[in-house]
Amino acid sequence: MLLIECPWCGERAETEFSYGGEAGISRPEDPQALSDEAWADYLFNRSNPRGAHRELWNHSQGCRRWFGVQRDTVSYAIEGSYPLPFDGKNYAG
Amino acid sequence: MQRRRLEKGGRIDRSRPLNFRFDGKALQGFAGDTLASALLANDVQVVGRSFKLRRPRGIVGCGSEEPNAIVQLGDGATAEPNLRATQVELYEGLSARSTRGWPSPDFDLGAVSGLLGRFLGAGFYYKTFMRPQFMWPHYEKILRASAGFGTTPDGPDPDRYEHRNAHCDVLVAGAGPAGLMAALTAAESGARVIIADEQGEFGGSLLGSAVEIDDQPATDWLRETVSRLTSADEVLMLPRSTVFGYHDHNFLTVAERCTDHLPESERGGPRQRLWRVRAKQVVLAQGAFERPLVFCDNDRPGVMLASAVSSYIHRYAVCPGERALVFTNNDSAYRAALDLNAVGARVLVVDSRAAGAGEWGEQATAAGITVLKGHIVTGTAGGKRVSSAKIARWDGDPTKTVDSDISVKCDLLAMSGGWSPAVHLHSQSGGKNRWDEEQHCFVPGERTQAQCSAGAGNGKWSTAECLQDGLDAGRQAVEACGLQAGKLSVPPTSEPETNPPEPLWRVPAEQDPDHCPKQFLDYQNDTSVADIRLAVREGYRNVEHVKRYTALGFGTDQGKLGNINGMAVLAEILGKTIPEVGTTTFRPAYTPVSLGVLAGESVGDLYEPVRKTAIHDWHEAAGAPMEIVGQWHRPHYFPRASEDLHQAVERECLAVRKGVGVMDASTLGKIDVRGPDAVTFLERIYTHDVGRMKVGRCAYGILLGEDGMVMDDGVMARLGEQHFYLTTTTGGAAAVLAWLESWLQTEWPELKVYLTSLTDHCSTIAVAGPNSREVLQNLGCSVDLAPEHFPFMSVRPAELTGLTVQLFRVSFSGELAFEINIDSRHALSMWERVMTAGKSFGITPYGTETMHVLRAEKGFIIVGQDTDGSVTPVDLGMNWLLSKDKDFIGKRSLSRPDCLRENRKQLVGLRSFDGRTVLPEGTQLLDRPDTTAPAPMCGHITSSYMSPVLGHPIALALLAGGRARRGESVYAALPAREPLAVEVVSPPFYDPQGERQHV
Repeated sequence: MLLIECPWCGERAETEFSYGGEAGISRPEDPQALSDEAWADYLFNRSNPRGAHRELWNHSQGCRRWFGVQRDTVSYAIEGSYPLPFDGKNYAG
Repeated sequence: MQRRRLEKGGRIDRSRPLNFRFDGKALQGFAGDTLASALLANDVQVVGRSFKLRRPRGIVGCGSEEPNAIVQLGDGATAEPNLRATQVELYEGLSARSTRGWPSPDFDLGAVSGLLGRFLGAGFYYKTFMRPQFMWPHYEKILRASAGFGTTPDGPDPDRYEHRNAHCDVLVAGAGPAGLMAALTAAESGARVIIADEQGEFGGSLLGSAVEIDDQPATDWLRETVSRLTSADEVLMLPRSTVFGYHDHNFLTVAERCTDHLPESERGGPRQRLWRVRAKQVVLAQGAFERPLVFCDNDRPGVMLASAVSSYIHRYAVCPGERALVFTNNDSAYRAALDLNAVGARVLVVDSRAAGAGEWGEQATAAGITVLKGHIVTGTAGGKRVSSAKIARWDGDPTKTVDSDISVKCDLLAMSGGWSPAVHLHSQSGGKNRWDEEQHCFVPGERTQAQCSAGAGNGKWSTAECLQDGLDAGRQAVEACGLQAGKLSVPPTSEPETNPPEPLWRVPAEQDPDHCPKQFLDYQNDTSVADIRLAVREGYRNVEHVKRYTALGFGTDQGKLGNINGMAVLAEILGKTIPEVGTTTFRPAYTPVSLGVLAGESVGDLYEPVRKTAIHDWHEAAGAPMEIVGQWHRPHYFPRASEDLHQAVERECLAVRKGVGVMDASTLGKIDVRGPDAVTFLERIYTHDVGRMKVGRCAYGILLGEDGMVMDDGVMARLGEQHFYLTTTTGGAAAVLAWLESWLQTEWPELKVYLTSLTDHCSTIAVAGPNSREVLQNLGCSVDLAPEHFPFMSVRPAELTGLTVQLFRVSFSGELAFEINIDSRHALSMWERVMTAGKSFGITPYGTETMHVLRAEKGFIIVGQDTDGSVTPVDLGMNWLLSKDKDFIGKRSLSRPDCLRENRKQLVGLRSFDGRTVLPEGTQLLDRPDTTAPAPMCGHITSSYMSPVLGHPIALALLAGGRARRGESVYAALPAREPLAVEVVSPPFYDPQGERQHV
């Protein structure tokens, strides 16, 4: 069970959180202007990297805030967590 | 009489004899015994029959690796099968049964299958019992009975279990010399320590050996160490506690058996406890398992692990035999030889190594023990106990057959094929294992978590090495925690130097491996060398496949005893090295764990939270059976006198259609939305034009996922310019709030919108039916209820009998209806006032079933029943809800090619031509009445009821291209019946123009 650091509440067990998938995917400004392929890419395709992965977590059984986590998908080691929006240097860990 | 009990010694209490029963027979042991040691003391040799061949089997080991002595304790609801007698502590009145062998392991009728042994090779189930297929249920019944793995409890577990969370700096798994030394080092450095050991007494190997520490018996050092740990402030000591799972981020699970060792009359409190431990550092000191040697007929009762023999002598004062043969490929078995010799047994050592043992060998010779170097045991004889063994000279070539020239009488054969470190937890943690070429075993290699291994589990064999390794591990752990390691040193020990072992995976026999008597690898599953060879011949190469085909390591011991031997044999056959073949995956649990302790307190009433509305007690008093919706308990229907569900629902439905009914709708999700950007936000979430709603108006709204599928629905009310009130489905309340929050927090943090859940704070009483207006007037409603002042789909703050409410004119039944939203504190009172005010109109409380029928008559969907996550609003015919003037979540997806397909499943109504059959929900629909498999299915029924007001059944269905098929027939596939023709119709079955709700 992962130990996740909520930027507001500190380290808590994974069971207090829910997972929100890959971070950093912005909703397109004008969806109607996109081709079916481009929309499907936004909708379905994720980078699924081996190694460092920025992802969203929600402290659903705690403060209910969404935040970002950088986690290694091989070792599951969490390199840090950060409040949203991500500005490239706001890791708590 | 305890024939095999020694007169003195051991850690048993001879002043406390304990009476127990095994297979009904009354026996006696002493406090401090395990069931296994007491059975051995009483010279009980056969404790079970093997799984497949029904061969008599005796006790082999003395711990969790025991494959044969599997017993059943308890009866009825407390029956517990699959316990290892070697781990069951004896108590007064214990009654155990062997789980294999019928009518008894001593005289087993199934043993005849032993004679068929040559036909029962690897994969025999797959080959023999699969055809003809229809016979399998019969085969299965017979196989299950003859497998005889004990009986499961027949009722709810009456015992109590609990879970406890714990945090520590250092968790030490295993309290042998290495674990104790690590714990002591950590404790005396000021660390918070938890040390757990699966046995009742700390000490591990020290409890069963003659080693001296500091010139004193090891047990003196043990006593002092345990007392130092006990008096340390921050040490939690957990005996009878198995660390059975190593999960992510140093989270470990420990099963503590609190009362299993006590007589039943003395048990109190929780029976077992699950510790959920988050440790900064972990020291794994779980020791090692001794490997059996793989010679012919190595499974006869009386063939035991050498280390187990030492344990039984030292710890339990039981000498399992008088004429002992010790067969080994390494030095460690010489301990057993010396121990046996010291208690008066006649001992012969057979050492496969031409050079024999060094210092250990000298000690044995000095003690007068005969040692045959460069010899092997090629087979045994005996019935229910080993009676003799054949011995051959050996030149070290494992591929040749040998001629046995000696036969020796014996009643005990102590064997040692070397040691395998218990790398289970290290592997579970994600660590890799490394093959040690000198020690011939897997040792912990690369780590991925904050842990280290120490002692025998790390490939350190002597007590001195184990103590040093434990000290180092403890020091390393506390320093990793940022603490200063205390100054401790390792006490001197007395043990001879050890020579390296010699690999001997399969002991050569007089015949080739396919024709010699069975050489067992896994006793519990009767897997032999010949089985592995057969599996390879039949094309299995991968160790995981061979395991599954031959059942190697499938038993309750999970291959602790036999797996490494099996993998080595496989490697030999494949011409590979052992690390090339590799091990099978180590998974939790390390040893079997009861389901009770995993469930903990989360059983019965505590299984799941129960949510009750503020009016719940009234419903119960009215005798309403409850329907569980999510965690809510909702009244299903309100039966009068002897009414059944159908009669009550018919009466309730007609009351709403013709008079007035009242329903507790408090479980609806309710979300208060405020802020200057509320309109902007809701426009993006909901599909309709939110901005056009006037204050005081309501709208039906749906939310889509970004994939365009319907996620939830409800009523949106505009209470102010910047203030909205949303309702959601009962089950969707939490998910919708989380959904809205996720968009606000991650995508549009610039929007000033605040969301508050009011689901529990606010209760909803729905008053529905032609007379509902009169009922509200009777309540002294402060608002003019005339339609021109308070039209359908509007909301007003109001006072009813002096209580402030939010009054909605909305309808889920299609009738004139009002929903009273009120602070939950006053909800029960308001309900009672509504009942009083409606008395003269015969106001009828109704439940969820009637609500379902009424809405289905109107063709209103229930998200999650009529939709399943693959249904768009277009499929439901709700195009009118989709704004053309703005973007909203999911809009773009509605024009994806798949969403534009004409043959998508669409919502339709169905009427059966016979006018009486209520089709089961979930029924598949066919284009043609032909059920020849595979019959193409074109849809399914989502809702189906008898409509009291219409007098015929109605159904909603999702049907491919359904809207264009109105008036056509489709066929409902019914079990064991001819398909039934039904007519496709438009969903509103009742009042299609919707006039009744507008009056």
